[in-house]
Amino acid sequence: MSEQTKFVEIRHAQKSFGSLEVLKDISLNVERGQIVGIIGSSGSGKSTLLRAINDLSPLTGGEIWLEGVQVNKTLPHRQYETHINAMRQQVGMVFQHFNLFPHMTARENVTMAPKLLKGLSQADADKLAEEQLDKVGMLERIDYYPSQLSGGQKQRVAIARALAMKPKLMLFDEATSALDPELVEEVNLVMKKLAEEHMTMIIVTHEMDFAASVCDRVLFMDQGVVVEEGPPEVLFKNPTQTRTREFLRKHLEGAN
Amino acid sequence: MGLDFSIIPKYMDIILLGVAWTIGITVSAALLSFIGGIIFAVIALYAHWIIRQPFRLIEWVFMGTPLLLQLFLIYFGLVQIGIDLPAFIAGIIGLGLHFAVYNSELIQTAILAVDKGQMEAARTLGLSRGQALRKVVIPQAVRDVIPPIGNNMIALLKDSALVSVIGVSELTLSAQRVIGKTYRPFEFYILAAGFYYVINLCMEWVQHKIERRISISR
Repeated sequence: MSEQTKFVEIRHAQKSFGSLEVLKDISLNVERGQIVGIIGSSGSGKSTLLRAINDLSPLTGGEIWLEGVQVNKTLPHRQYETHINAMRQQVGMVFQHFNLFPHMTARENVTMAPKLLKGLSQADADKLAEEQLDKVGMLERIDYYPSQLSGGQKQRVAIARALAMKPKLMLFDEATSALDPELVEEVNLVMKKLAEEHMTMIIVTHEMDFAASVCDRVLFMDQGVVVEEGPPEVLFKNPTQTRTREFLRKHLEGAN
Repeated sequence: MGLDFSIIPKYMDIILLGVAWTIGITVSAALLSFIGGIIFAVIALYAHWIIRQPFRLIEWVFMGTPLLLQLFLIYFGLVQIGIDLPAFIAGIIGLGLHFAVYNSELIQTAILAVDKGQMEAARTLGLSRGQALRKVVIPQAVRDVIPPIGNNMIALLKDSALVSVIGVSELTLSAQRVIGKTYRPFEFYILAAGFYYVINLCMEWVQHKIERRISISR
């Protein structure tokens, strides 16, 4: 069956909050190693779609599949909890507001889940923390608390925390939107490095330049649908849809 | 007759024993009220409603009735159903549960005030809700309530004098006993008050230390 070769598959994703339909029948596939950018104005449903992939914001209809396993399958509560916790270990997520654990140092932020869920010894966990924090350039701050770090540093630690679970897929939910402009680049560099290592990534972003430079594919969403998708050079240079053109025009005006 | 503080050293051993009992009971009951407060808070917020009901009854009993009555109930009442507790254990349980209910209220509010993103981040890593509460949410909630819980613990220290009524020779009862022998109420009540004040200062010092240690990790 050809479906089984698909890495991430979203089938007819639908989500409503009461009478408000925020995702309308979205289907899309992401291949292993692919980097997909999702752009669109706020309220377009892009974050909701991203958060549906690890069931943080459950769909009201449709299916999410990861490597041939349905993420949001129907199971009795307890079994579902076990299933979803196992699935989430394979999917890293980075949030707009970092969501670092403020009562833990960078090291503890990175090692907490691997120790608890994978039973790593303190020595192995320390090695893992050093490795992951080194990767994001935060090794020198390994024993700092989040309150002692800048926004960009916090976000880099948050990326290391997600990577420490050795995920197959990384989700970025506007990872740089809450950062001061001068701190955006250091986080982008880390993401670019991950791209070079062929990490599969789905990136919700407001930064068109960044999306253009790292993504293999960019999706433009508006009012709960994917209006248009394609390689960044096509989508940004020659969009076929009026809504895409308008969005890009407004965005470029806003940027200048 | 005038005041004569020179009589104090002769009875100091009895008073100091009372101080030891007061500290022992206060610390034990404080720990119980702290751990119990966390457990009650988690039950109130997250347990199935059937499990919540008996705890609501406990909460009502300990919040809505006098502590004195609660101590009588635990010490004298439970004997009738075959639970014969030593007086100091009954006192620790009574004080501990009484303040656990108050701590629970504080901790519940603090748990709800922890940013939702914290639970989300923990769940995203693959933690169950219970694990996320234990590792991420509750430690933060508890840090936030150290100052008001500290106030409750000072109240607990003062209320520990009530366990004298079930016969625990803590500081107040020790003072009374010495007064019974010496007829010197002013000297020994003042002495007892002085010891309460010192214990109070120690508790504030500990609270201050804890607050300083955690201020960095917010």
